[in-house]
Amino acid sequence: MRHLLTTKHLSRDAAIQILDVAEDMADVANREVKKLPALRGKTVVNLFFEDSTRTRISFEAAAKRLSADVINFSAKGSSVSKGESLKDTAQTLAAMGADAVVIRHQSSGAPQVLAESGWIDAPIVNAGDGTHEHPTQALLDAFTMRRRLYNGQSRGRDLDGVGVVIVGDILHSRVARSNLWLLETLGAHVTFVAPATLVPLGAETWPVAISYDLDATLAAEKPDVVMMLRIQSERMNAAFFPNAREYSREWGLDDVRFAALPTDTIVMHPGPMNRGLEISAAAADSAQSTVLEQVTNGVSIRMAALYLLLSGDREALL
Amino acid sequence: MTVNTAYLIRGATLPQGTRADLLVQDARITAVGTNLDTGSGLTVIDADGLIALPGLVDLHTHLREPGFEQSETVLTGSRAAAAGGFTSVFAMANTLPVSDTAGVVEQVQALGDAAGYATVRPIGAVTVGLAGERLSEIGAMAHSRAQVRVFSDDGKCVHDSLLMRRALEYVRTFDGVVAQHAQDPRLTENAQMNEGALSSELGLKGWPAVAEESIIARDVLLAEHVGSRLHVCHVSTAGSVEVIRWAKSRGITVTAEATPHHLLLTEDLIRSYDARYKVNPPLRRDEDVRALREGLADGTIDIIATDHAPHPKESKEAEWDAASFGMVGLESALSVAQTALIDTGLLTWNDIARVLSQTPADIGRLADHSHCFEVGAPANFTLVDPSTTSTFDLARLAGKSTNSPYLGRTLSGRVEYTFHHGYPTVGAAAVRPADEVATAAAAWKAGN
Ligand SMILES: [Zn+2]
Repeated sequence: MRHLLTTKHLSRDAAIQILDVAEDMADVANREVKKLPALRGKTVVNLFFEDSTRTRISFEAAAKRLSADVINFSAKGSSVSKGESLKDTAQTLAAMGADAVVIRHQSSGAPQVLAESGWIDAPIVNAGDGTHEHPTQALLDAFTMRRRLYNGQSRGRDLDGVGVVIVGDILHSRVARSNLWLLETLGAHVTFVAPATLVPLGAETWPVAISYDLDATLAAEKPDVVMMLRIQSERMNAAFFPNAREYSREWGLDDVRFAALPTDTIVMHPGPMNRGLEISAAAADSAQSTVLEQVTNGVSIRMAALYLLLSGDREALL
Repeated sequence: MTVNTAYLIRGATLPQGTRADLLVQDARITAVGTNLDTGSGLTVIDADGLIALPGLVDLHTHLREPGFEQSETVLTGSRAAAAGGFTSVFAMANTLPVSDTAGVVEQVQALGDAAGYATVRPIGAVTVGLAGERLSEIGAMAHSRAQVRVFSDDGKCVHDSLLMRRALEYVRTFDGVVAQHAQDPRLTENAQMNEGALSSELGLKGWPAVAEESIIARDVLLAEHVGSRLHVCHVSTAGSVEVIRWAKSRGITVTAEATPHHLLLTEDLIRSYDARYKVNPPLRRDEDVRALREGLADGTIDIIATDHAPHPKESKEAEWDAASFGMVGLESALSVAQTALIDTGLLTWNDIARVLSQTPADIGRLADHSHCFEVGAPANFTLVDPSTTSTFDLARLAGKSTNSPYLGRTLSGRVEYTFHHGYPTVGAAAVRPADEVATAAAAWKAGN
């Protein structure tokens, strides 16, 4: 693996390898000393053109647990926001000796442009680009599902036959896209539930079932996993739906819908949540919710990704 | 090659397939025949195997001057035109200042005359500053030395229905035509590529076909209602071809153009996020490309126009959203046309002469243009070697910018010679030097 840009182009074997290495990393987190010397002397740059403290500190924790040096380069308020190009930024990082670049960018495709430009010769990790992909989020979600479903017997397993319902703003969600491609590769079957305005045009050609009716879908599918996506209030102003009340009534995981779920249905949310809008407090704080596990697992997945990109030698790990 | 040289073009193949020698003297074709006499003082060009086409006419070129000289100037853009076999270009109005007054269009025309690589015919803006609010001084531009006949806000759509109606009516006063950039602005806010499954996958904001088709549908109905002629710029979708076909069947006086890139390239290229493929209107699906080719073959689409849109390197070396729209196209147009239309058997060379020379000249009311190789016709023509197939490279570009989507791509044919007013602007596949061409242009002007 040279870069981690998408889950669309990740093979089943490569995906399972990342998930399995992440299991090893999770074991490290349970040790007294939570640190490995694997990336000592390496420099990982977090290049964030878009604010996301959660994702940035997750990558930062991952790199530090592998003993890498971390440079946080926030594009807001820096020369980048004054018109410096992606090219100049990349060349600057190359000149500083960055060994890997974790990039979050508002423009879809920016990580791929960086990877293929020749401006910098370092592995690139996509930490979320526009409405395109967010591969480490999808990997940590799959990791979380695998752990919950297989009770500590996760290693080597795919998600064959697992039913996943993803609810919300699919149109603008890189999380939904990355999850779909990865879950499809791992053998799960996925249903998107959203108002028609928030279903991407052409999604009927994707390997996914599409529904507008959350209640009917939950009743018919009896899914193993329900994943709620964050809904952004600015979508109301752009006429994607009339108001928060109507959205919540039709597509929110409220107390009534949550109570009707079987008790072994896993409830996921990539965070940050709008409690009371797309998910009720009772659902979010329930034992079925994996919201905090997802945060924990995110560090393990990002450790695995950085480790495989910068070292690649799993045998030497433990 | 000096200014007053006479040329004998030996054994060229004319568009309809016959072979002829052409004698060029004093900016005109003075003899057409076989085995023409080689008098003394003649420069003889062996055109065996070369196709002679009437000088190509581009109804849609962005020369960028005044205002954006870092991308292109009238001189460099018309030099690119010559390299592509063009002898006339219509220069779009989205300059800075905008070409919305007699002063600016006369300046552009004068720069073109001085450079001499091609006849430069300015296009006037429909609305002041391309703002889409009030009509610009269309009459003043029409009656200026530049004699503007084509009016366009290209880059922006004249989207206000009433203003478009008035523009269509008003330009008729001056035998003009409105060339519409058909793009509903609300449906394309921040749009990045053709809307469909691929734009959804790539996470790039979709540019729906209906944003183009709905404007064309409205405009042909307006043109019918007021009895004016309408020209549609860069048609890019199968649905647009259908609308125009319907309009023509009703007798509406509409003409339409397709660009070389919409006749060859598809949206799949955008998987690379390589901003060289970012263009307005966007690259579409394979079925759209096929519909455009068929539209050209059956006459629904009247002409090929390049939409040559130069940009400096930094505008394209960027993430997709931040990069500029547009690609250079003058130097590659004929090779793309051959690859997409001749090699596929859809068009003949005679058709190419029609869609790249005769009809665009007619639409733009280009004076002293002849598509026939006949005695007395102005000596504006190009000689093309159709037998070569080569990788399109930087050496083929002759303008200031290099944002070509064809670099590294295999294309058919090559322009070997271009003659403008009887003097060569391209000789032996090389653009002639600027000072030589300017001197020849001045001599031609003095003799006219
Ligand atoms: Zn345009």
